[in-house]
Amino acid sequence: MSAGTEPLVVQPVEIRGPSAFGGDWRRFWNLVWLTAVAEYRTRYLHSWLGYAWSLLRPLMLFGVLYVVFSQVIRFGGDIENYAALLLFNIMLFQFFSDATTASVRCVARRESLVRKMQFPRIVIPLSVVLTALLTAVMNLIAALLLISVIGVEPRLTWLLLPVVLIVLLVLITGVSLALSALFPRFRDVEQIWTVIARALFYGTPVLYPIEFVPDGFRSFVAAFNPLVPIFEQARIWVMDPDAPSMVEAAGGALGVAVAATILVVTCLFGLWIFEREAPRVAEEL
Amino acid sequence: MAGANAIEVRNVSKTFRIPTNRVLTLKQRVLHPFQSQAYRSLRALDDVSFDVERGEFIGIVGRNGSGKSTLLKLIASIYRADAGSIRVAGRMAPFIELGVGFNPELNAHDNVVLNGVMMGLTPREARRRFDEVIEFAELEDFTELKLGNYSSGMRVRLAFAVMVQVDADVMLIDEVLAVGDASFQERCAETFMDLTQRGKTIVLVTHSMGHLNRFCSRALLLEDGRIDTLGAPGEVAARYTEVNFAPRAVRSSLLSAGGSEARPSEPRARIADAWVGTEGGERTLSVQRREPIELRAEVEVDEAFDGARFGVEIWAAGGRRIFAAPSTPLIEGPGAESGRWLVVATIENRLVPGRYRLNCGVSQLGPDGEEVPVSDIRGVPFEVLGDRIRGSLMDLGHDALVQPLVDAQVIRR
Repeated sequence: MSAGTEPLVVQPVEIRGPSAFGGDWRRFWNLVWLTAVAEYRTRYLHSWLGYAWSLLRPLMLFGVLYVVFSQVIRFGGDIENYAALLLFNIMLFQFFSDATTASVRCVARRESLVRKMQFPRIVIPLSVVLTALLTAVMNLIAALLLISVIGVEPRLTWLLLPVVLIVLLVLITGVSLALSALFPRFRDVEQIWTVIARALFYGTPVLYPIEFVPDGFRSFVAAFNPLVPIFEQARIWVMDPDAPSMVEAAGGALGVAVAATILVVTCLFGLWIFEREAPRVAEEL
Repeated sequence: MAGANAIEVRNVSKTFRIPTNRVLTLKQRVLHPFQSQAYRSLRALDDVSFDVERGEFIGIVGRNGSGKSTLLKLIASIYRADAGSIRVAGRMAPFIELGVGFNPELNAHDNVVLNGVMMGLTPREARRRFDEVIEFAELEDFTELKLGNYSSGMRVRLAFAVMVQVDADVMLIDEVLAVGDASFQERCAETFMDLTQRGKTIVLVTHSMGHLNRFCSRALLLEDGRIDTLGAPGEVAARYTEVNFAPRAVRSSLLSAGGSEARPSEPRARIADAWVGTEGGERTLSVQRREPIELRAEVEVDEAFDGARFGVEIWAAGGRRIFAAPSTPLIEGPGAESGRWLVVATIENRLVPGRYRLNCGVSQLGPDGEEVPVSDIRGVPFEVLGDRIRGSLMDLGHDALVQPLVDAQVIRR
């Protein structure tokens, strides 16, 4: 208990009700961090393997897809290092799908907190994204180790990967904010997002290299799915400097510009909708 | 320090939109895809203004749905006001309902740190105060247990301990004392006294007039989202009792109803007003234990009639009739005339302290001796003051005399 010297009179300050941000930044960051850690800790709390699952799950998914594609469909035999490409792509996509899927219900799930405590509402989705980011960083490091075992030479460009990760993080944050803000009002969001996330999985060069997509269709996909340039750039830096650059994939600078615009707009939309919904979210739940 | 406001509430209004659950058929949905959901709006708070000074302990009372909790949540910044402004000086710790947003999967330590940070501590401060929190909550043996396995009493104790140890300037508390055993309630009470002495500002939402009188320096009564009374706890408590029973006081006049053929004549009388009075006749809401209850009723008689009777009943809070006095003749004989009459019924008070309601009515004695109600007033509230007597319906006077029993003493020796 502090009995120290207090300022003589604390002036009353306006209470504006709940908001997306608000409060001082130290508290804001502390809350995001503590909530993310708590979230990470509780996720695998009752499983035997604990944290190992966050790596094992994508690895097993990789195993299934690799067997199906290389042995059953006989796909990827003529692609250099198909296993390495698939493994890294799956780890990267897992970041996107984990974060966005978890964020749909995150605000609704914390109903009791939202209805009884005053804190910046945006802390909730941000902590979910942060949890996914922590997992993703560890998984990607593991993936790089594994693919260097499979036969991909470590390169200096690996050090540039955080750039890719940051751009992806921006996109993920935007989508997560929008999803978590919309869900309390429109419960359909969850169903819709399951389908969209699946569509994006196949619409992004995860299972296949971008050059397998027919020409006319390719630039369309690359321009309207911001994940494509991100994955393409990651592939160049990780294993294949000769792979089509994102400009080539998108069929010109215009395509990349469209993709970049979509990314920025998604992010701003997420922020705007969250900011708009935050004050009333406690009442909607 | 004195004179500075800790909380300023100005013209605050809040309306909730409640979706009316209309079941739309698939066809309707397809035909009118953009038809918006219908809403009923509920005005929870209507133009509420008040100030709370630093160091004040203010109690907010009101019936269910009167807007108490909404007001608390608005001050706590959990809801946003539609209109008006709220200002709070210093750090604020809300304590709203059970559980206070603990994560059931985490243990006490993680929850205390997270909760402390939410209430404005740094993680370091929160960790440092953990031991004090646990000690205060008397949960030393359960720090490793995850919160999901705590009993509700334990959770409340922990939450209350966090709130106290956070050492905020303004505390907002909603109905905590209702939960927890007697020893916890006693600790809460001690803590409140201690906090007020240290100049903390406390807002307590409660249903208990006992708490109001015991802790609060001032009280606020909300009724239908408006401030009904703001003043001394005793005054507000009295008004609360009154308001709480008021709408149940049905003033009915059976005369206006049809089907009066069975009656021998057309009696016209109405009880205009009824109240419990003091010896001097002033209206009151409470009588001391054993002090006689004086019920006063104003009866308007438009047309004198034969067989008019006056009756009184006393009902306990639980809806049990405790006493029904044999009806007394109201106005009889040749002196009976129209006009206004005052009936004073003095009832010997053998009631245990608590809340009661009085019903009184005028009836007419029928030819077969049955009483046909003419007019009545129900639910006149009053309270018998005094120390509670548990497990008793009546307060019958008694005396216990202790004297040495000579024979027994002899035997014992």
